Amino acid sequence: MISLSRIKAVFLKELVQMRRDRPTFAIMIMVPIMQLTLFGFAIDTDPRNMPTAVELRDDGPLTRSLLASLRQSDYFKIVRRVSTEAEGERLLQAGEVSYLIVIPEHFERDFVRGERPQILIAADASDPVAASGPIAAANEIARRAFAPELDRLPRKLRGGVPPFEAVIHRQYNPAGETSMNIVPGLLGIILTMTLIMITSIALTREVERGTIEALLSTPVRASEIMIGKTTPYILIGFVQTAIVLLAARVIFGIPFLGDPAPFFAALFMFIFANLMLGYLISTVAKTQMQAMQMTFFIFLPSILLSGFMFPFAAMPKWAQGIGEALPITHFLRVVREVMLKGAGFAEIRGDVWPIAVIVTVLSILSLLRFRRTLD
Amino acid sequence: MNGAPVIDVKGLTKKFGGRTVVDHFDLAVPKGAIYGFLGPNGSGKTTTIRMVCGLLKPDGGSGAVLGLDVLKESDRIKERVGYMTQRFSLYGDLSIRENLEFIARLYSLDNVKDRVDAALKSLGLSDRAKQLAGTLSGGWKQRLALAACMIHEPELLLLDEPTAGVDPKARRDFWDAIRDYAAEGVTTLVSTHYMDEAVQCDRIAFIAYGKKLIDARTADIPDEVGLFARRIETPALDEATRRLKSAGGFDVLARFGAAIHVAGRDPDALAAAMKSVDGLPEIEVETIEAGLEEAFIYLMTGATDNFANGLETRVGQ
Ligand SMILES: Nc1ncnc2c1ncn2[C@@H]1O[C@H](COP(=O)(O)OP(=O)(O)O)[C@@H](O)[C@H]1O
Ligand SMILES: [Mg+2]
Repeated sequence: MISLSRIKAVFLKELVQMRRDRPTFAIMIMVPIMQLTLFGFAIDTDPRNMPTAVELRDDGPLTRSLLASLRQSDYFKIVRRVSTEAEGERLLQAGEVSYLIVIPEHFERDFVRGERPQILIAADASDPVAASGPIAAANEIARRAFAPELDRLPRKLRGGVPPFEAVIHRQYNPAGETSMNIVPGLLGIILTMTLIMITSIALTREVERGTIEALLSTPVRASEIMIGKTTPYILIGFVQTAIVLLAARVIFGIPFLGDPAPFFAALFMFIFANLMLGYLISTVAKTQMQAMQMTFFIFLPSILLSGFMFPFAAMPKWAQGIGEALPITHFLRVVREVMLKGAGFAEIRGDVWPIAVIVTVLSILSLLRFRRTLD
Repeated sequence: MNGAPVIDVKGLTKKFGGRTVVDHFDLAVPKGAIYGFLGPNGSGKTTTIRMVCGLLKPDGGSGAVLGLDVLKESDRIKERVGYMTQRFSLYGDLSIRENLEFIARLYSLDNVKDRVDAALKSLGLSDRAKQLAGTLSGGWKQRLALAACMIHEPELLLLDEPTAGVDPKARRDFWDAIRDYAAEGVTTLVSTHYMDEAVQCDRIAFIAYGKKLIDARTADIPDEVGLFARRIETPALDEATRRLKSAGGFDVLARFGAAIHVAGRDPDALAAAMKSVDGLPEIEVETIEAGLEEAFIYLMTGATDNFANGLETRVGQ
């Protein structure tokens, strides 16, 4: 019953209209850049030359090259070398240093054996925003410092997961999930904002301009309109994601540790969920103004109850319930798991299927809401 | 050609929020006919047309369009009907060609490009194919809209005030096209406000306040309305008009060049009104047969509920 050629007709028409609608097109590309810049100012309050103490419990070429790299970096200024953990803790607590970097015993041996030894980074995270840049940087610095050594390693240790693990220990703000999570979280927020906004007027605009009448007098079906009208924006979602990921890496030095495949699967589902949410709004809203208001009604819980702003675990049960029903909550978990912890399909499965359920429910609701008459 | 009407609906009724907008409407349109649909604004023409093509669900009534059930088979009806909306409803931010290609694809036509080329050519739009529809003048928009609803070669055309706000030349061209289609066997139901268009229809259905009042061959309309008329000639036309208006007792007062036509449904009241112009210089009052013009003005000015006051309308020019 569903005709591919009619879906294609609607798809192509939307694509042309999107291209011609310069202001909206510009907004969709500018919003990620603007948001990142805004948050960038907040995050990057010159976190250069942060006073740092190092404790080296191992000694060897790897440790030395790491130390040299840390010295060269803008982020860390090594002010002390300590020999006991207690001394380091004291400095950190006293605020004399902001970071304590510990290379454990047998680091070199474990590294070569492929046992992924830990580098411990204790941070004064009481200012989580200021702390996020250097924490991200530490990871990257370590990676680069070891690059020459990596070439000498057995094949199986090269590429993929780094042969060490940077364990970040936030002192004084253990629950402060914010810091490093802001930029990945921002990806979820940006996609939610722009994609819902744009599809929430998909039908409303046709109704307001009167074009719905000609459209509905043709044999086109509800599902064909829905698919044709939303799919062009999947492309937009991917472009926005590319911008954010690029900025995360280049500006904020946040690595992408995990496997891209599960990430893209979740991303695709999430983009689709937002488009369906917006489309559902457009089947309800009578004017573009109403559509905007409903969109903002979705933004608020998306920002407040998704774990973007406040730690999810600390929220009351009812708020968690609302949060679980929002696609962004699940997506944020996936992004953090994959980007920061290198999770694979197995770990994120529990957050991908809820997005799939949300997509299904939303599309069914949209199709039920959509009338092929003008009543 | 079989004899079954292309549109055959009975008792069509539509309510909006408890208000009956179309009330038990019957219509039988034979194949190949040009059927005029007349009525004052807000009388329910658009609503009726939308019910016929499946865009509105009737609250009552039944019937067939192209032999298909109007309540249950609107999907199949849509494939064979071309509907031109009262308000331009194609995409202003798409070019003429893009609009036509979009519509052609929605009808799942093969060789879309050839069809669109042919449509552009036959409507003289080839030179403007790349122009954005939103930048077109009224006449060109109307041509585009007609091309769009003809692209799938429908058997039935539903045209809702297709020439409103279009210049006379464009209107004539438009009607030439409609007559060509009719000659090929395409059936047309067209709502209009213009008398020169109404006279080109084979039959006319007149609707007011959702009720069909008249349904007759165009030539029989004056008889159906039942008007009595006088023709008044005098150099003092303005004075005559003023006196007649203050006297009242008729329904139509229209100026035809150097004369006034006065018409009404009540012959005694009309005769009485003539007394008011007695004594004007060189006055000549002649009893005439009410024509389509008077009948049309009578119908379109809403005189049906306005017997008390005479209504003036200027015709011509
Ligand atoms: N969707 C609607 N909702 C409520 N009232 C409507 C709607 N469409 C039309 N109407 C009302 O129905 C009446 C008939 O309208 P319409 O069919 O457009 O008349 P016409 O085409 O003869 O001018 C008008 O009074 C109009 O206000
Ligand atoms: Mg109308």
